[in-house]
Amino acid sequence: MRGYRQRAVRASRLSRVAEAWGTLPERTRSLTPVVIVVALAVTYPFYVDSVPTNLPVIKTVPPLHDAVTILVFVMMGVGLNIVVGYAGLLDLGYVAFYAIGAYTAGWLASGQFEQVKVHFGAVGIPSSATGIHISIWLVLLIAAVVTAVGGILIGLPTLRLRGDYLAIVTLGFGEIIPQFVRNGDELHGFDLTHGTFGISPIDPPGFGHTLNSAIGLPVRYDESFPPTPDRLFFWTILALILLTLFCSMRLRDSRLGRAWIAIREDETAAGAMGIPLMRTKTWAYAGGAFFGGIAGAYIATFNSGAFPTQFDFNISVFLLCMVILGGMGSLWGVVVAGTILAWLNFDGLGNIGSWINTTLLPSSHQIDVPKYSFGIYGIIIVLMMLFRPTGLIPERRRKREIEEATHGGPLDQPLYEMRGADEPGAGERGEPGKVPRG
Amino acid sequence: MALIGLTTGAVYALVALGYTLVYGILQLINFAHGDVFALSGLFATTMIGGAVFGLTDTSTTLGVVGGLTATFVIAAVFGAAVNSSIEFVAYRRLRSAPRLAVLITAVGMSFIVQNISLAIYDVNARSIPPLISGHTVFNISGVVYTWDAFFVVLVTAPVLVLLTWLVKSTRQGKAMRATSQDPEAAAIMGINVNRTISFTFALAGALAGIGATLYLVEFNIRYDTGFTLGLIAFTAAVLGGIGNLTGAVLGAILIGMIQAFNEGLSWNAPGTAWTKSIVFGILIAILVFRPEGLLGERTPEGA
Repeated sequence: MRGYRQRAVRASRLSRVAEAWGTLPERTRSLTPVVIVVALAVTYPFYVDSVPTNLPVIKTVPPLHDAVTILVFVMMGVGLNIVVGYAGLLDLGYVAFYAIGAYTAGWLASGQFEQVKVHFGAVGIPSSATGIHISIWLVLLIAAVVTAVGGILIGLPTLRLRGDYLAIVTLGFGEIIPQFVRNGDELHGFDLTHGTFGISPIDPPGFGHTLNSAIGLPVRYDESFPPTPDRLFFWTILALILLTLFCSMRLRDSRLGRAWIAIREDETAAGAMGIPLMRTKTWAYAGGAFFGGIAGAYIATFNSGAFPTQFDFNISVFLLCMVILGGMGSLWGVVVAGTILAWLNFDGLGNIGSWINTTLLPSSHQIDVPKYSFGIYGIIIVLMMLFRPTGLIPERRRKREIEEATHGGPLDQPLYEMRGADEPGAGERGEPGKVPRG
Repeated sequence: MALIGLTTGAVYALVALGYTLVYGILQLINFAHGDVFALSGLFATTMIGGAVFGLTDTSTTLGVVGGLTATFVIAAVFGAAVNSSIEFVAYRRLRSAPRLAVLITAVGMSFIVQNISLAIYDVNARSIPPLISGHTVFNISGVVYTWDAFFVVLVTAPVLVLLTWLVKSTRQGKAMRATSQDPEAAAIMGINVNRTISFTFALAGALAGIGATLYLVEFNIRYDTGFTLGLIAFTAAVLGGIGNLTGAVLGAILIGMIQAFNEGLSWNAPGTAWTKSIVFGILIAILVFRPEGLLGERTPEGA
């Protein structure tokens, strides 16, 4: 009798856990995975070194130093998601924002302008050092604002254009800005960007002696021994990403965010409903640029330099690939896809490549997998577009849009483009024989 | 200087026509077009070099003429095959998809084609031996114009005439124009729309193949040459008015001259390092102020 009861208890334990889970408030249930992921991420620096390095296929998880870069790229992916995912504006020049952010940090926190001597809250810089040295925390904010203004300036003339023209104009900006940076070392004899050498060194972040003695925050990030600096950089970018995600989420559900989504779904209809198209689109640009600027400035201080070779067109496509793989507009999708892709880019492809070479291929036919990284991203983009345009983790609303588009019906075509009045399909919803034209 | 611009412009014209043809029919910026150009060019180096025709600068005139002609034909066929297979593999399935999806696919295809070039030809720049002599055609007060530069123009001109004839006067050309105006109505009239689109892509690819072979006469080609060159050619197409054949040629020649003046003049010109910025600056300015281009008609797209 007792044994039977014990078995029954054991069997029902799982279902009872599931039942208890079901009775929890919706909010708790949806927050739990987030909390688990964040906890795993925050403690990452402590267990990263104890992960075995001989795992099949992927070999190992990224070392802490690479993890920081990966997270910076995820942050840019989330920023691009605002432009491409929410507002449906194809931006092929996001790298320009990254560059503006990085160079703002370079100008405001290094010895680049040796003609002047400005110090404001910078840590660990001798007061005799020339150049502008502003506290990195402030620089991150300034870079974000400067980049957002840059986004508005780029956006104002170009956002009147639709779809593919906009893509090509942003692409143009994405090409002009790196070239400007590369050639900007002799503008009428003035060295603005230090040309191909880039600006280096850039001041490290830190909290200074006052905060150190008060609550024990580190004086400056790079002065202690490894792995401490990487840990500090890691936690900081994690905090920045969480902030970005929070803002991005709140933006999406705000009045502005709903306006973006309305524009993405049908620009003409959105305009007819009284949404100011230009202003709303410009804000999407500014919002995306804002986070791109922070990410750029942060990676500049992390690498202690801003170099023109960092700002290839390839980076823009790489970020776009994150957004597409994750699902346009899907925040969690972009985070997951961004982490995977950025990891692939910095460590993964190399690791997977060497695994393939050692286990699958004879030594006479080795493939240099990282060399073809962008071909692989290209294949990912095309395959996603052909077979799963909603992305890996589709946003519910976005999925409906795509399905509406593919299953025919009156909402067949005009997802992004309203047809002109003189084109076929215009005004077809009118009464038969009384087709409204024009 | 203007003459050098004419030479570069001639190559740009062939590539720009490819963009314009495809845009005219599908309203799609075929990002992969520049990379088709590079791949065909690299393929042409294999043809001309030791492996197939084995042309060197000491070959007989007859050999050079025969070899080059064969290379032009083969490169054109190759470019046509690559471009139409891109259309078949990727764009055809997306006929009813949102235009943004097709555009993104085009960006992806561009990277795929570029990496195919990388896989076959590696990172080194390829060139061909100087087959056309660098002798002077004429020399007016120090302005030297050489045969190899003239050769490019000499080949481009008949190709353009042929293309105009093809689009204006043949049945297939009529089908192309009909499809670009209204694919549904064209289909009702018994035009095979898919085949017409394939043909357009093949034609664009063939022009890219010819352009790439001509480009080799003056410069060398690397796996990633196509990206920048494609963008410049696209700018030319937009400058002339996208979808407009004459406009593309005019725009290409203008861009070629702007580039030549920028890089060649020693005074008051920013120089080679700024070429891309200037070209893209022009692109942005046109799209913002006159999206229909010099010769184009106003479309809802630009408004």
